[in-house]
This record gives sequence, structure tokens and C-alpha cells, in this order.
Amino acid sequence: MSNANQAKQHYEPGTHPDLPPPLGSTGPIKWVRENLFSSPTNIVLTLLSVFFLYKIMPGMVNWSILDATFLAADRNECRALDTGACWAFIVQRWGLFTFGFYPSEERWRVVLAFALLVLVIVALLWENCPGRKLLLKFALIFPFVATWLIVGGLGLEPVSTDKIGGFMLTVIIGITGIALSLPLGVLLALGRQSNLPIIKYACVGFIEFIRGVPLITLLFVASTMLSYFLPPGTNFNLLLRVLIMVTLFASAYMAEVIRGGLQAVAKGQTEAADAMGLKYWPAMRLIVLPQALKISIPGIVSTFIGLYKDSTLVIIIGLLDPLGIGQASLADTKWQGLSTEVYLFVAIFFFISCFAMSRYSLYLERKLHTGHVR
Amino acid sequence: MDSEQRAGQELGEVAITIRDMHKWYGSFHVLKDINLEVHSGERIVVCGPSGSGKSTMIRCINRLEEHQKGDIIVDGVELTNDLKNIEAVRREVGMVFQHFNLFPHLTVLENCTLAPIWVRKTPKAEAEATAMQYLERVKIPEQAGKFPGQLSGGQQQRVAIARSLCMSPKIMLFDEPTSALDPEMIKEVLDTMIQLAQEGMTMICVTHEMGFAKTVADRVIFMDEGQIIEQNKPDEFFNNPQNERTQLFLSQILNH
Repeated sequence: MSNANQAKQHYEPGTHPDLPPPLGSTGPIKWVRENLFSSPTNIVLTLLSVFFLYKIMPGMVNWSILDATFLAADRNECRALDTGACWAFIVQRWGLFTFGFYPSEERWRVVLAFALLVLVIVALLWENCPGRKLLLKFALIFPFVATWLIVGGLGLEPVSTDKIGGFMLTVIIGITGIALSLPLGVLLALGRQSNLPIIKYACVGFIEFIRGVPLITLLFVASTMLSYFLPPGTNFNLLLRVLIMVTLFASAYMAEVIRGGLQAVAKGQTEAADAMGLKYWPAMRLIVLPQALKISIPGIVSTFIGLYKDSTLVIIIGLLDPLGIGQASLADTKWQGLSTEVYLFVAIFFFISCFAMSRYSLYLERKLHTGHVR
Repeated sequence: MDSEQRAGQELGEVAITIRDMHKWYGSFHVLKDINLEVHSGERIVVCGPSGSGKSTMIRCINRLEEHQKGDIIVDGVELTNDLKNIEAVRREVGMVFQHFNLFPHLTVLENCTLAPIWVRKTPKAEAEATAMQYLERVKIPEQAGKFPGQLSGGQQQRVAIARSLCMSPKIMLFDEPTSALDPEMIKEVLDTMIQLAQEGMTMICVTHEMGFAKTVADRVIFMDEGQIIEQNKPDEFFNNPQNERTQLFLSQILNH
């Protein structure tokens, strides 16, 4: 206020210096004022939320952490030790939840494959990663290395894919589905826009068929009916069949998401590319797809997340994902009545993975925004 | 007078021939019996009321639109359904659009080097050097690292012109290059085009900028309802239009 009363300095046109903004119009004070106390409704909502958190948080923290038991031999011991959650069950079966029935002496192979996967993912997602070029080359052979490590053969003890379960199974289905459904979806989306009727209607037919059928049906087809269609004597690995079905299912949705993006790219972009003499594939790869995929990022990531969570459906055909392991373990007489802990644990695992995907997609959208950089 | 001399003396070889060309959109007859010969080094301005088919006509020259009847021969190559011919023509014909059509996800420099690298197979360093030359010619080398969305309309259009020039085209097509610009930006784009014209580029411009037509055109073509109604040297065209419709059009755009 006192500033306003001082004599105003006069500036010639064009000579006014940049002044700092007034106090309280930036920083945390501004944030609190604008987001928590901007209007009467907002104030009421803020207070209600605080009250709600006050009521619910202590109970949750007590049950899940403070009063919880992390080490015990069985349910009764848990109960005797404390009143809260009995995580001892999860701790004891950690290996089962992570690796399924994969033989314990070979689990280092899975851990190694996972470590390599993390490296590849970091290199793919992080542009300034040291040694990125080399890692990206490695990403091309990673699927084969990982398969070799997990399934064995060529010097390693072979492990049947029936033994694969738990989070390992979820990650295998999720990563394979994500890595394959995106390129397949791009091809389907481009095919759907093709001028060649055969390609166009093959793509439309495939997309509409897959989208018109529940995933469970496809998984059943994969597990039982496929053996009727295939020539007798073909033994087609169940996990491989599931991977194919999940990928095809996700790619149909992916195709439609990407088609939306393709339609949003201005027609002038292809015209400019054509006018320069670019052929179809370079024009798509360099000009249309980068823009279409950028527009489709939210939809693509939604499809990824959907695919990832749908992997729990494999329980129907007898593969044991974390949920399946949890259900099977609950039948253990020593640990009965712990369904809350099991489901919460599995839910947290899924939430962490899906939330990470969602955050990365937001980061990517911001990074690829080339309009007006503020 | 200057343009007369030029037209009289050095009529270069034929760059574009359009013979008895017709085009339909569905059953709508957009272009009717178009005949046009453009010599290399010639500057042609095409004008006419909106919907008269002028844009469609120049878009036929690089096959962004397909003609259904008649022949179009560009730089000795006939435009047919043969993709090889179409690509050959497009390599030699640059086009500047009304809405710039820059690639928003690439920087200005990348916009300029994309076609040389992928179509002409020019090495990257060389393509970048050429691109910087042309960006300097359109007077915005300092914007090379920016994205198109960060530039003004006039700057974007100048980038678009530089981008076309990077392919060293023999012919340049301009499809209403100043129609989407704010008035104060029209001049900077026209100056670039005038400079290009003075350097002897073969140009066909669809434009409403009659000042530009008077300054640089060798020939002005007037189109209406899908036909070429009248074509003449600018002096004659503006001072002594023959056709009634040309007179009406000129009176409408010159007296406002």
C-alpha cells in the first residue's frame, strides 16, 4: 500500500523496466489461495476434505503399518502379535507372488532378464541416457535374450512355461502386448485408410471382429479351441497363444485410437509431403505418424493400461497371475481370512505400474508440445 | 516495358504444357478445356473470383489433384497414373500453400532439410548448409532452431518458401501465399517472391495481390467458372481488359 502513495516515477515510452510481480501473486501462497481458498465453495470443499482425511488416515495408517505384522509363521501368530494387517503372509510367499512356480535355483535368470528389461526401458524412455545408442541396439535383440533366459535351452536348464506365474507373468504379458500392439495398431490404422480395397476391408474386418468379442472368449479360443483348428500334432505353447491373443486384442483398440490421431493431422501436411516428392512410407513415418501418435498419446496409454490390467484374465484359463496366486494361497488353511491383504497388495502393484505409465505419458505430451513454449 | 522485352527476347524452352485439360469433382465440372503453355523463366499470375478453379488448376500441375481428360506435361514428363512420373515432377516443382503447411513437430531447419535428405539423398551437413543459405535469403536465419508454432505468419510463409527452394525446383507454384496473412505481413512475403522472380524462377502464382502482378508478372491469366477467360501482359490486362467478366472482376477488386 505504501508504494502506491509514493510519487510515481515517470518513464519515457519504451523505457519502462521489468518489475518483479507483486507479493502473493506467485509461489506457494498464490497456489494455496488459487487452489484451496478461491471461493466459498472451494473453502467448504477444502475443509471437508481435510476433515475426511483426518477421519480416515489414522485408521488406515494404524491398520496397514503401525499395528501390522510383517513376520509370523501363520495367521494365528499374526493375530496374537498385533491387531492390524497381517503382511507376514505376503512376506512369506513373496517368491511365489513374484515368480510363480519358477524353480527357485533358476530365479536369478528371471532377475537378470528383468534387470536388462529395466535398462532397455530406461534407454527407450530417457532421451539423455548415457550409452543410449548401444542400449537401443540391444533392445532389438532383447526379446530373444529374455526368452532364452526365461525358457532356457542352449546351455541353460529348460523351464516349462507352465511354471511362469505371479508378477513375472503380468510383466511378460504386459510388455509383450505393449511392444507388439503399437506397431501392429499403426499398420492396421494405416491399412484401414488404404486406397486398396482388399487391404482396407481386411483391416476393417479384423478390427471390428476383435473389438466385437470379449477378451475372455479369445483367451478360451487360445486355450482350447485353437487345437481343433491347428493341424493335429502341433503343440503350440499356451503362454505363446495367450500372448498372441492379448496382442491382437490390444492392437485392434490401438488401431482405432491411432486412426483418430491420423484424422486429426491436417490434410495440408500430407499435401506438403506429397508436393516435395516424398513417397508414402517416408511421408507417413517422418511427417504424419509423429503428429498422429503425439495426438493419440492419452488414448494409446489408456489402451496400454487396459491391456496390462486385462492380463489378470488369464486366470480363467489356468495361468497364475498375481491374483491367481493370491486366490490359490488363500485356500491355505494356515492363512485363511486374509483376502483384504492379498487384494490390497495386488492392487498396489498394479496401481504403481499403471500410475507410472500415466505420468510418463503426461511428461511425453509436455515434451512433444512444440507450439508456443512458454 | 521491361517485361515486354523479356517476353519478346528470351522465351525459354517450354516448362509446362497443359492441353485440353478437364477435371470433374464427382459430376461437377471444375476445369473446362484448359490450355496453357508456360516457358521456363516466365512469371504467371492467375487471378479470378473464388471458386473459379485457379487453385485446382495449379494443384493439377504437381498432381495434388488428378485431371481426368487432356494432357499435362511438366518439364518433359507427362503426368499419368504412373507414380514414377508423378514423383519425378514433384521433385522439380516446388509449392507454397495458403496455410504454409509447415511440419509443426520439426524445427525450421529440419523442415527445410527433410526433402533434400529423403528425396534427393543429400548428405545431412550439405542439406543444412543449403537450408541456411535459403533461410538467409528469406531473411530469417536466426529462427532456424525454432519450431514453426513460435513464428509469425509472415515468417512461417517465408520458411515455407525457403523449404521449397531447398529442393532447387525448376518451377514454383504459389497457391494464394498471402491470403492467410495479417496485412502487415503480406509485404515481407511479397518481397521474397519478387526477389525470387527477379532471379529468373519460373513461377505460377494464384494471388489477389494485383500490385505483385503489375510488378513482376509476364502474363496475367483470368479464370472464371473453370475456364481461362483471358490472358495478357499485365499492362494490357489491367488497362484494357477485353472480356466483360474480367472488367467486372477488376472493377470489384481495384476500386475498394
